[in-house]
Amino acid sequence: MGEKEKKKITPRRRFFTDMAHHIGLGTMGVMLLGGYATKAKSSPLTLRPPAALAENDFLKTCIKCGLCAEACVNRPQNLTRDGKKKDKFGTLKMAKASDNVTIGTPFFTPRDTPCYMCEDIPCVPACPTGALDITKVTNSKTKKLDIRQMDMGVAVVDVHSCIAFWGLQCDACYRACPLLDEAIKLQYNRNSRTGKHAFLEPVVNPDVCTGCGLCEKACVTEKPAIFVLPKDVAQGKVGDHYVKGWDKKDQQRVKDRNEKDIITHDDRSKKKPLDYLNSNQLGL
Amino acid sequence: MKFSNIKYLILRRFTQFGLLFLYFAGNFWGWKILQGDISTSMLFNKVPLSDPFALLEIFASGAVVGANVLIGALIISLFYGIIGGRAFCSWVCPVNLVTDAAAWLRRKLLIDKIERKLWISRNIRYYMIIIVLITSAISGLAAFEILSPITILNRNIIFGVGSGLGLIAAIFIFDLFVVKNGWCGHICPLGGVYSIIGKYSIFRVKHTSENCTLCMKCKDVCPESQVLHMIGKKSINVNDIECTNCGRCIDVCDDNALEFSIGKYITENKKKESK
Repeated sequence: MGEKEKKKITPRRRFFTDMAHHIGLGTMGVMLLGGYATKAKSSPLTLRPPAALAENDFLKTCIKCGLCAEACVNRPQNLTRDGKKKDKFGTLKMAKASDNVTIGTPFFTPRDTPCYMCEDIPCVPACPTGALDITKVTNSKTKKLDIRQMDMGVAVVDVHSCIAFWGLQCDACYRACPLLDEAIKLQYNRNSRTGKHAFLEPVVNPDVCTGCGLCEKACVTEKPAIFVLPKDVAQGKVGDHYVKGWDKKDQQRVKDRNEKDIITHDDRSKKKPLDYLNSNQLGL
Repeated sequence: MKFSNIKYLILRRFTQFGLLFLYFAGNFWGWKILQGDISTSMLFNKVPLSDPFALLEIFASGAVVGANVLIGALIISLFYGIIGGRAFCSWVCPVNLVTDAAAWLRRKLLIDKIERKLWISRNIRYYMIIIVLITSAISGLAAFEILSPITILNRNIIFGVGSGLGLIAAIFIFDLFVVKNGWCGHICPLGGVYSIIGKYSIFRVKHTSENCTLCMKCKDVCPESQVLHMIGKKSINVNDIECTNCGRCIDVCDDNALEFSIGKYITENKKKESK
């Protein structure tokens, strides 16, 4: 006691210190790279090629080879609208660092080049990993590729900047739509301002719309008033507890439900209403 | 300069530029010779070729993939397993063009001769493999593929130049001024993976120490100079897995002390002949 011994560097100490050194290095690496990866993943407004898996699975599965983009730009039948041979600007682009899309993954910008919905869907069979899942665009009955089953996104109309909602006659998007009068319908309304004209308002049917973006390309306004968003961004969800009373099929859900699954009481139910009135939360 | 001094260098550059040209043509003119990019390609529209490390990352992130990539990764692994794993690095990888240029300039500017201040381990690449796989598992995204200068440069050439070249410039500067062969010889995890793949390859550089005059030109040019530890000492093959089979040492050797050999087979046969 009292005498301070000089601490020896034992093999055990050396082993643990070495290990801590490596763990420290590894942790820093994982944290740095992990932070970057998490950032790189967050591009929720990206439009993917047809038949792409859900964004999260797509990012996992896509190997970033660009075979889809090459199949897209080199499709032999590619024609421009004027019937000229080959539009050298394919729809699918491989994301660069500046694109605000996970680098190296395929995406498209409809205002520049929309998806022309080729009957043979060349991009999908080209995918080697299955990030573009061919079963999603294969008709389960005929076993043939079906362009109607594409779901890249859904078109959304900004009624305030759409001139058709002003009362001007414009059906550019309606006519550009490859699923004419199905994905976009014209809704006729009386123009009470003039008293004798009609509004021809474009209305998108999200169940039919594939998100090809031909409407966005065709839109005449400076910044398109109709534009494509990924479905999970553009669409809301009602929730299971709303049932359409007038719909027999929906009514069946009420009959089919298991009583055990119905929760009417939660933690909040334990509190008495009086407690709330007395809690000062009313600001009285 | 004699042709024999640049034989493998020319062959290597021809391969590198040739592959890049075929990739480019695959996208630009739709040639069906080599399509896709360096992470997955289709050869003659039939044979898939896949980067085994990218596939490992995809597995780590928890995705299920199609058969084409699995077959592709198997083909690539077998191919480099035979001809030497890191032959990918020196004969195919586009970043090699950048880092070789940096290394060349380093020699010309005599930066090598001034002692470097920063030392980093050549084993970082193996740590990187583990770090990348763990990160892929946590983040659900193939983690190296989002910053890999290899695929970024490759895609820049195939699909048109865009941003991302800053990373390439950074690697060039790092290799030139900071650490000799810093990226390829220390950090790149893909090089690490190919090192492991090539562990039992039969294609090796053979050293004949009887012919060696200890000029050390080979060690000067070697991007992994530690693998040439036998120079002037023992007549053995370069068996270290980090050897890239670039053949530069064979090029610069004026004394026939280095040559390619196919495993033990050729070496033994030659011995018999000389007897």
